[in-house]
Amino acid sequence: MEIIIAAAIGVLTGSGLWLLLRPRTFQVIIGLSLLSYAANLFIFSMGRLRSNAVPIIEPDTPGNLATLTDPLPQALVLTAIVISFAMTALFLVVLLASRGLTGTDHVDGRESDL
Amino acid sequence: MTAFADHLIIAPIVLPLLAGALLLLVDDRRRPFKATVAVAVTAALLVISILLLRRADGQTALSQTVSYALGDWPAPFGIVLVLDRLSAMMVLLTSILGLAALVFSLARWHRAGPNFHTLFLFLLMGLNGAFLTGDLFNLFVFFEVLLAASYALVLHGMGVVRVKAGLHYIVVNLAASTLFLIGVSLIYGVSGTLNMADLATRIPGMNDHDRMFLEAGAAILGVAFLVKAGMWPLSFWLPTAYAAASAPAAAIFSVMTKVGVYIILRLSLLLFGASAGESAHFGSQVLLYGGMATIAFGLVGVLATQTMSRLAGYSVLVSSGTLLAAIGVGNAAATSGALFYLVNSTLAIAGFFLLIELVERGRDAGADVLAVTMEAFGYTDEDDVNEEVEVGERIPTILAFLGGSFIACGLLLAGLPPLSGFLAKFALMSAIMDPAGIGTGGPQHVVTWVLIALLILSGLSAMLAMTRIGIQTFWSPLETAVPGVRGVEVAAVAFLLLLCVLMTVRAAPVLDFMEETAMSLHAPKAYVDSVLSPGAPVDAKRTGAKP
Repeated sequence: MEIIIAAAIGVLTGSGLWLLLRPRTFQVIIGLSLLSYAANLFIFSMGRLRSNAVPIIEPDTPGNLATLTDPLPQALVLTAIVISFAMTALFLVVLLASRGLTGTDHVDGRESDL
Repeated sequence: MTAFADHLIIAPIVLPLLAGALLLLVDDRRRPFKATVAVAVTAALLVISILLLRRADGQTALSQTVSYALGDWPAPFGIVLVLDRLSAMMVLLTSILGLAALVFSLARWHRAGPNFHTLFLFLLMGLNGAFLTGDLFNLFVFFEVLLAASYALVLHGMGVVRVKAGLHYIVVNLAASTLFLIGVSLIYGVSGTLNMADLATRIPGMNDHDRMFLEAGAAILGVAFLVKAGMWPLSFWLPTAYAAASAPAAAIFSVMTKVGVYIILRLSLLLFGASAGESAHFGSQVLLYGGMATIAFGLVGVLATQTMSRLAGYSVLVSSGTLLAAIGVGNAAATSGALFYLVNSTLAIAGFFLLIELVERGRDAGADVLAVTMEAFGYTDEDDVNEEVEVGERIPTILAFLGGSFIACGLLLAGLPPLSGFLAKFALMSAIMDPAGIGTGGPQHVVTWVLIALLILSGLSAMLAMTRIGIQTFWSPLETAVPGVRGVEVAAVAFLLLLCVLMTVRAAPVLDFMEETAMSLHAPKAYVDSVLSPGAPVDAKRTGAKP
């Protein structure tokens, strides 16, 4: 499971970085989204990967790390997802404004001369 | 009264949040009402931050570092706000800039786009939160709040230039936020805590395997802050974005780079201070050399620019670079000099951003470039001599004020006597030359001399650039229109510059305060204790506090 998650984070980060460095605003926004997905998965994996474990302590049984998973990274991921979602929406607006004002979807607001 | 005083710590966050949210419900056409509320809230913030500063300085209560547990969850589990001298000082600086920028915007800028007051208050909330929080992930949330507000403020007034610069600004900062998340989660993964004070206690006893990951996480986190602070080579977005932003937004942005500097100062001394075992002074070399590279880049930029707003943008870089290098030097005296320099340069640059807008108001867009081109081709306009006399006769006071403020800004940025810029640079340089600092901080002797040379050269370049632009603006007859300036705008600029004058006149108590702040930053045990075991000091405070 670790190798799959690690590979997924790596592929997402690699693709995200590649797209982030591209000249079109749409590629940039997709790149940023992929990067934030990678970051979210990374936060999640920092709570150690466990399957079939709950993050909730039952009232009558004492807490035992063998049967429990860390709830904090999950809470962090939730916050991070909401924030990155809002930021993507905000960036989308700026992207459209830039397209409307400059007439091109190049990140510099004009086509490169090359 | 004591209970009220305890809850005052959260007021700099809650007050602008509530006011900003309520103002969203009010229609934008009722602008006078919104402006009144926003100014009242900002003025209240100023009063609150002065009270908090007095408290943190130990003038009203026994405890100097006060931690406030949100939701009353004890420290390592819940989020805490921590008030110490440094955070109180930064909150006060934010309120001062906020009030000046907001009053300035009342003349015309707050009409340039929707929801200006709300965004402005949210920005203040994010800044105050980032300064007060004692939790790494909470810091991320406040960073996003202030960045989201700043994304909208950088676009305030719209136009092609702002959208283009804003686009770059947003992309760079979103990428930096991703790094922030990765760094924070890596640190949590190895240390199991997000509380800064708790983290500081766990670092010395860490094994080598964990330490490697922790340092990697701290480095990634540091890159995210250095992007905000504008360290070369992560700073190319900064001058463009700051030059494009509207004047009040740019003025408040001048404290935003200082958020990055503040966090780096706080975390490097708290987590990687002298007591951090093997990790002690982690990253201080990077800060020192990176800071020096930033000063060099900034001073070349200052010399090369042809517009005033870009000059101010590069001055921000010089200021950041100086601070980062001073943090990298790593002795308490250098830190106290750096803190004085931080307050002084932030006030000066904010005042300069406001001033630029007033000066440029009456000018053509291309006037600066035109003046330089004419200089290069040896042109002198002889026809305009008569007009200059006419300008001088018609309105001497406004031009005299603008020119005088311009000279004051120049002196402050260049670090020349008699204003506080000189005191700040002097304090910094004498601390850097202090041999005790060189021994403990690690850098070699040659580096010290290079750093001092860079500090002096940056002052020289600022003076040259300011003189050149000042002559073109105030003495060359190219400009015919006298800028129409409103009283509130004059008041805002004068307020910021007078504070710098006040810092010069009352330098002794201010420097004493900075010294105490630096001492407590370099001995973070008091900070850690007050966060993790607030029991004893709280009791003493409850009985001993006087309103």
